[in-house]
Amino acid sequence: MGFVSQVVRDSETFARNRADMLALVQELRDLEARPAALSEKRRERMEARGQITPRDRLARLLDPGMPFLQLHSLAGYMVDSDDPEASVPGASVIIGIGFIAGARCMVVVDDSGIKAGAMAEMTAAAFLSAQEMALRQNLPFVHLVESAGANLMEYKVEFWAKGGRLFRNLARLSAAGLPNLAVLHGPSTAGGAYMPGLADYVIGVKKNGMAALAGAALVHAATGEKADDRDLGGSEMHASTSGLVEYLAEDDAHGVEIARDVIARLDWNKSLPPRAAHAFAEPRHDIDDIAGLVPTDYRIPYDVREVVARIVDGSEFEDFKPLYGVSTVCLQAAVNGISVGIIGNNGPIDPAGATKAAQFIQLCGQADIPLIFLNNTTGYMVGTQYEQAGMIKHGAKMIQAVTSVDVPRITLYIGASFGAGNYGMSGYAYEPDFLFAWPNATTGVMGGEQAAGTMAMVARAGARRKGEEIDEDRLAKQSAMIAAHFDRQAGAFHTSGRCLDHGVIDPRDTRRVLGFCLETSLEGRARRVKPGSYGVARF
Amino acid sequence: MAFDTILVANRGEIAARVIRTAREMGLRTVAVHTTADAKAPHVALADAAVWIGEGPVGDSYLDGARIIAAARETGAGAIHPGYGFLSENAEFARAVEAAGLTFIGPGPEAIRVMGNKAEAKRLMIAAGVPCVPGYEGEDQSDAALTAAAQKIGFPLMVKAAAGGGGRGMRVVRNGADLAAALAAARSEAANAFGSDELILERAITLPRHVEIQVFADAHGNIVHLGERDCSVQRRHQKVVEEAPCPVMTPELRARMGTAAVEAARAVAYRGAGTVEFLLDASGAFYFLEMNTRLQVEHPVTEMITGLDLVAMQIAVAQGSPLPVTQDEVRLDGHAIEVRLYAEDPANGYLPATGPVDLWRPATGPGIRIDAGIVEGQEISPFYDPMLAKIIAHGPTREVARTRLIRAVRETVLLGTVTNAEFLADVLGQEKFTAGEATTGLLDQVYPEGFPAAETRPRDTALAVAALMQHDRDAALARAGYVSADQLGWSSAPLLPRGLTLAEGDRRIDATVGAFPGGWSVGIGEAVFDVELAVNGNDLSARIDGHRVEAVARVAGDAVQIAVGARRLAFRRLRAGSQDEARAGGGRVTAPMPGLVLAVEVAPGATVARGGKLAVLEAMKMQHQITASAAGVVKAVHVAAGQQLASGEVMIEIEEE
Repeated sequence: MGFVSQVVRDSETFARNRADMLALVQELRDLEARPAALSEKRRERMEARGQITPRDRLARLLDPGMPFLQLHSLAGYMVDSDDPEASVPGASVIIGIGFIAGARCMVVVDDSGIKAGAMAEMTAAAFLSAQEMALRQNLPFVHLVESAGANLMEYKVEFWAKGGRLFRNLARLSAAGLPNLAVLHGPSTAGGAYMPGLADYVIGVKKNGMAALAGAALVHAATGEKADDRDLGGSEMHASTSGLVEYLAEDDAHGVEIARDVIARLDWNKSLPPRAAHAFAEPRHDIDDIAGLVPTDYRIPYDVREVVARIVDGSEFEDFKPLYGVSTVCLQAAVNGISVGIIGNNGPIDPAGATKAAQFIQLCGQADIPLIFLNNTTGYMVGTQYEQAGMIKHGAKMIQAVTSVDVPRITLYIGASFGAGNYGMSGYAYEPDFLFAWPNATTGVMGGEQAAGTMAMVARAGARRKGEEIDEDRLAKQSAMIAAHFDRQAGAFHTSGRCLDHGVIDPRDTRRVLGFCLETSLEGRARRVKPGSYGVARF
Repeated sequence: MAFDTILVANRGEIAARVIRTAREMGLRTVAVHTTADAKAPHVALADAAVWIGEGPVGDSYLDGARIIAAARETGAGAIHPGYGFLSENAEFARAVEAAGLTFIGPGPEAIRVMGNKAEAKRLMIAAGVPCVPGYEGEDQSDAALTAAAQKIGFPLMVKAAAGGGGRGMRVVRNGADLAAALAAARSEAANAFGSDELILERAITLPRHVEIQVFADAHGNIVHLGERDCSVQRRHQKVVEEAPCPVMTPELRARMGTAAVEAARAVAYRGAGTVEFLLDASGAFYFLEMNTRLQVEHPVTEMITGLDLVAMQIAVAQGSPLPVTQDEVRLDGHAIEVRLYAEDPANGYLPATGPVDLWRPATGPGIRIDAGIVEGQEISPFYDPMLAKIIAHGPTREVARTRLIRAVRETVLLGTVTNAEFLADVLGQEKFTAGEATTGLLDQVYPEGFPAAETRPRDTALAVAALMQHDRDAALARAGYVSADQLGWSSAPLLPRGLTLAEGDRRIDATVGAFPGGWSVGIGEAVFDVELAVNGNDLSARIDGHRVEAVARVAGDAVQIAVGARRLAFRRLRAGSQDEARAGGGRVTAPMPGLVLAVEVAPGATVARGGKLAVLEAMKMQHQITASAAGVVKAVHVAAGQQLASGEVMIEIEEE
């Protein structure tokens, strides 16, 4: 209670931090704008076909003015190309949680403006992540389909083998009592044909919508039959003859409107109990300050409470064991009136900090209070003193608590997140409900400097053992290479490109992101769904 | 003469107006109504109500026998006729008296005499009331009328002697046009008034229309309550009325007032009456006609005299003497009235119909609104399209005028087209502001008719924002756990969405994106940031930094919005719907297997959307095959008696 901020807004440090952070945010927005701009180039061609663009479809699908949490907007960044200037993030897919006729839904839109919506290397990973999240948060799943399928030029056997999970997940969604819906805006052939095949509801758009196990070219190659694509899999055929399509739409916009109607008819929130309304106050401290108070260099320490004071209701929180394990900060607070436990770092995690955090996690589990992890740690403490104090077993208890606690967990990488500290702080492998990074975040087994230092030490020891003279020049080059190798992979844009989080956010959006995620998970847990042994079959 | 119950033989605002005062005087009231008016407010306001017919006025509000019977059934001792309908029907007044009831108005003979322009004029000349030089002789031959016309000089007015309210009047500018004008006026007069008697009058160039309110009791007392200037007219229909007249002097008022009182005395008048004069630029005035009823514009007189004219009418009918002497009549400040009509000034003042979706009369100091409408009511084509009168009073004319403009802007009626924008525009005209309006004002300022204002993109943007906010709030109402600060927020920038609206026949393509607290609306090249707070129908917006207050009603895809004096209506075009015709209309196919019973079009025929094309019998049911788009029939592939398979092409239409 009564936290007094030490942030000086008109200081030089504040101004420098702010300029650095906003530059990173701008970089994020520029990266996000790349696929949109590339896709936009196809607008004319799509409109000539009577289509609207994928982003238009998305905008029309969603309720105007309701919130939208985009996911994996950087998927595939630096995967499709090594050139940071040429790489196009997004993996040809637009994913997010949004509202359709008041129902919170997972929405996936094939970005057919980019390589005709062909799947890129990270497309499946992003797609699977969306499906897993829908399953976990009890969200209906809506897919606007227009994809050339897998890119045969970039075929890898594991894409095919692992890709089957996409369809398995659709069956799981259906069986879980989570309606999934596909709008066929364009082609969906070969494996892609099972997208509509496994959807509970299919809306086919006239003229352009098409689903077939093999298109005319492959049919001709395989059987010699000279077939016509529309007869093979046109929406009109599926609506009248095969029975794959439930609703026939005149055009893209109409298809999207039908999708909205179908979702509206689910009356998806009918079982949702009204939320106990807690009045809450906005933070007393301006969230915009975050850009100026957080140094983008993780090596410069600051008090994580300054961040918390800008994201929790009324800027008020309880400090749990503030004098014990002081560099691990455990706070009780609320976001949008929802009680939360927050764990942050003011440095490495020591044994006291690990036990304090493990206890705090269990207490939140006991009272069913969602947990928020604000990662800014270089890891668990090393050194004789700490090993002897049981750092391993205490760190393990924290990891065990994180693994087992069954409350919603939201993890934010707000600075460093290194080594096993990342595990204890609910990192990627611990499958938090939501995982977002700030653009300044740095993650990895260790920092590039430490890695280079470690390797240099090993090299010197080896040389000494062999009685050889150390080549300082070579060692310096090797150290620089190692540091660069680590650092290149550590940045938030890079890790987000590999789908090691759900996305990168503007730090000033943190309160809204937390609010959205908390409301999503509480809603998902409160909703009564009707799982069955099997998904709904189309007969 | 004594009565405790009044039947009000009228509808709309005047029925409501009369009932209000009658109730204030402790009297019971009876309304009469048609089926079309069953939900009209005058029915609810009265203590009792009697149904008198379906919709058309001839079988209801103009059916005197039915109304007298209704009065008898309900124990009403008096009938107030309001204005219009039976108010100046001497036969009706006589029948009311014959039935032993009190007619709240003058005696039948006064009504009859004043109802005939020629007879009235002869009487006025005899009484020394100044009249427009002209001819009102009984010889109605062409020769007599032509000779008289030459004597009067041109331009002159040809009027139906039995006419009123501007009907049956025409201006003749030179002798060559006279014969044709006489023939046309005769036939029109015979049709409209049952008498082809005509009078001729010299046309007074750009006069003012100034009328004197007179009041007489059964004891021989007659007073006048000052004048009203009703110069702003459209085809002899009053648009703006005010009191006092801007150019009136006490001396002129005294002379005109005396003339009016003499006119009333000449017909042994009783109750409220109005003597209309033309006042020319030199200050000379001429008797025009006398209206033997309460006028539409009586509130401006009430507001400057502080008198209740309906209460005085009732008191006089009960035999009481007038409550004021001439010396006690005081005129205080200035009052102006405009008439709110369901009509489209930009479209030749075409009468409009439609629902009253939202009705919110303005309030404020000096504002009075006499209306007879309620939300949910349908404006039917059966009756006069006047919806309400908006009246403002102020210590000076300028205060009254500016108050009235505000009241017109803030009086919101949505659902049907109204002349609100036109009224505000007229009140803002320089000549009117200067008090210089004559009967020629509207022709001078709108020589091509009232121009249709181009809808401002900013107003369209506000309408789009209102529609989006309505959609959002509908979604929010159905949503689960969403905190207010999430609204309008997206973690990554989304492209704005496309949206198509129709405003009348005009198609508007817009884009809209959200931000917390508002909407970014693109109309053409312009983008408007609309911060918007909605409270019921009230919009409080900030558009690119400018505060805008508006009233809007959103229902489904329809947005109606009142911004300032502008009243705009938009409709969202849904995907599919507008393309439906384009997509499938050309080829008409059999919706199911069946037998062709009849083909109702041939190649070359023009068909409307929804027009009948053929009849198909299937499973003992007859199905109408209709055109899904308008166009011309290009080919007919089927004939009666032919059995069809589902999907077989029947008819091809070349779409428009």
